[in-house]
Amino acid sequence: MSYELVGITVLWIFLYGYLIVASIDFGAGFFAYYAKQTKQDHIINKIISRYLSPVWEVTNVFFVFFFVGLIGFFPDTAYYFGQTLLIPGSIAIVLLAIRGSFYAFENYGSKQSSVYMFLYGATGLFIPASLATALTISEGGFIEETSNGVRLLTGELLTSPYSWSVVFLAIVSVLFISSAFLTFYANRANDKPAMELVRKYMIFWSSPTIIASLTTFIAMSQHNHRHFEKMLDLWWMFGLSVAFFLGAVFLVYQRKRLGLAFIFVMFQFFFAFFGYGAGHLPYLLEPYITLQSSVTNDTMGLALVIAFIAGLCLLIPSLILLMRMFLFDADYVKGNK
Amino acid sequence: MMEFDSVTMSRMLTSLTLAFHIIFATIGVGVPLMISIAEFIGIKKKDANYTLLARRWTRGFVITVAVGVVTGTAIGLQLSLLWPSFMQVAGNVISLPLFLETFAFFFEAIFLGAYLYTWDRFNNPIYHWLFSIPVVIGAGMSAFFITTVNSFMNTPQGFELEGRTITDIDPLEAMFNPATPTKVFHVLSSSYLTSAAILAAITAFIILKKKSSNYHKKALKLTMIATFFFAILTAIAGDLSAKFLADEQPEKLAAGEWHFETEKGADLILFGTLNENNEVENEIRLPNALSFLSHGDFNSEVVGLDQFPEEETPPLWIHYMFDLMVMLGMYALGVSFLYIVLSKLKRWSEHNKWLLWLIVLNGPFAMLAIEFGWIFAEVGRQPWILRGYMKVSEGATTSPHVDWMFLLFLGLYILLGVISVSVLRKLFSDNPAEVELEHRYPEVDQRGVDV
Repeated sequence: MSYELVGITVLWIFLYGYLIVASIDFGAGFFAYYAKQTKQDHIINKIISRYLSPVWEVTNVFFVFFFVGLIGFFPDTAYYFGQTLLIPGSIAIVLLAIRGSFYAFENYGSKQSSVYMFLYGATGLFIPASLATALTISEGGFIEETSNGVRLLTGELLTSPYSWSVVFLAIVSVLFISSAFLTFYANRANDKPAMELVRKYMIFWSSPTIIASLTTFIAMSQHNHRHFEKMLDLWWMFGLSVAFFLGAVFLVYQRKRLGLAFIFVMFQFFFAFFGYGAGHLPYLLEPYITLQSSVTNDTMGLALVIAFIAGLCLLIPSLILLMRMFLFDADYVKGNK
Repeated sequence: MMEFDSVTMSRMLTSLTLAFHIIFATIGVGVPLMISIAEFIGIKKKDANYTLLARRWTRGFVITVAVGVVTGTAIGLQLSLLWPSFMQVAGNVISLPLFLETFAFFFEAIFLGAYLYTWDRFNNPIYHWLFSIPVVIGAGMSAFFITTVNSFMNTPQGFELEGRTITDIDPLEAMFNPATPTKVFHVLSSSYLTSAAILAAITAFIILKKKSSNYHKKALKLTMIATFFFAILTAIAGDLSAKFLADEQPEKLAAGEWHFETEKGADLILFGTLNENNEVENEIRLPNALSFLSHGDFNSEVVGLDQFPEEETPPLWIHYMFDLMVMLGMYALGVSFLYIVLSKLKRWSEHNKWLLWLIVLNGPFAMLAIEFGWIFAEVGRQPWILRGYMKVSEGATTSPHVDWMFLLFLGLYILLGVISVSVLRKLFSDNPAEVELEHRYPEVDQRGVDV
């Protein structure tokens, strides 16, 4: 496998990792706020904060990893995406900053404030929407290169059906993934009322998720036919994705094997995300950047791959330790520790 | 503000983010070490005062970490958003340490999570202390990796550049460039110094405002000894940095010292002003001292600004930044030395009101020294973003909207600054140390005879 393919696969795995862990976090923020508004917060907020407290910082790192790695493996992306994403990127940074710091203020500070709660809930939906813009732009048609450099065609972006369908998909997926995870987590904590509540959320958000996926498919066929055709060639990946989706909803509906149900949800998004990503290639940014044209030199590629492997050898045992202590330690989950 | 071009605005926004981030980054690197030391002493001496100290510092620390993380993410992204052309080149040559920094941070974050939530989980407290080690190392490594990137901007090497094509890349040579050793040493030692100084300042302030307790006296002793130790290290690091500049980046040193003519036995100029003919007035002049500072020899030759084309030298006002940084560093050394001397002398008390006030001042002074030092380091590199290869004006974005982003981030940082200070104040004033000590460790005698 060439460096560029190793590089993009690794980065895509990280982005997928971010998609899952950040969705859990973003959705949980929204549910916590929603529960407070509907006076059900006593049921689920404890379970949410027990999960979020030890892991919130780790979530952010997945994202930093992705964009630092992207610039390392494909330096041209810094130029094109950097030039065009100034405004959406800055908005995303501000939202991430508000979210991260306010979480800490709320959680470690002594004061409980409904303003913090609101910001935490609202940013959870706006961040995925603004980050999804980067993927939308990568499809091409939203960037213009002139002698003065490259610039974003904001008007085009804001009026494109494809762009809005991606935003919609991002938001509902966040809520779906998050509620699926919380159902599993609440069940593990033997917290029946919490489990019942988040289970309802999961079932509620399942149909918008599948509708949004289909709409995005259709909008894609209009916006970028090449990508759409390539995704049709990979139809089996999307078929598997739908099958896992149905399996997950079935299990949750039956209140059976909730851990497996969440793994199904992870597979659902894994196949959809990699099917989308594989169809995207060879372009990183249509039509300006391809994998081959933008990949860094061999020396740096090799150095990054070695660094990556060495880093993983350090991180995976540490992550397992963290998960054993907090995520899978039954006593901790139940609140006995 | 519309009349500024995008280069100026990009510089302003980057300065704004860095000036804000560096406060939290410095605390983020230094405070874990202090926490780890305090917890270790607590375990060894079986003294709950120190354990509580570590616990309370940690509680405040997480708030600052949160702000550090989010502003760090901001600068990480802004590098690409504001300096896309620079990052395109840098991505090819110096992305290895950027990538590794993320790993180091990831590592630190995982163990910080573990450290925070396992205080009373182990029967043997040393296991909990062990979690602090990867946090200290991770924080130090993050600082190391990111400082190599800054060093690279000052003394780039490990590649060939023809037009916009980069060849012959050697990532390790780029990372371990001539500026790396002294810069890393200086960044680490000054972060430890500043963190210790700030913790000491807070403690001294509480002693002044309330009745002093054993807990606070112990905290002050620990932090002041640490301040003294790290102030010495920082002074050594600063001296080595000056010698490095004299050899590898003489225009930065010359601008910082107002050294115009290359000469032997150069004088060191402290403060002063420049008249319209660029002649130094009102200065304090130390004969031959610049030669000594540069090469360890009072008669050695020091390269002056006359060796460089005028458009390739940094602005002369950085002289004040340099002098202020050094003065404040010396202040930290002096105050901590005074504390130690007074604590040894029977006739004097180290809890003298005046000394305590000097210690309180030392906290903000040390942080100011960090800010002045970074301004000197960054402005002293001008006009280059990559010394000798790329000017700042060639690296910036061409997007016309940077001014609005500047306002957006200014608002964000004001908000974060104000709220984090108020959260921290509330966190500790609602729960004074004496009350918590009584509550958690009722066996400790608080009036305590001196230990």
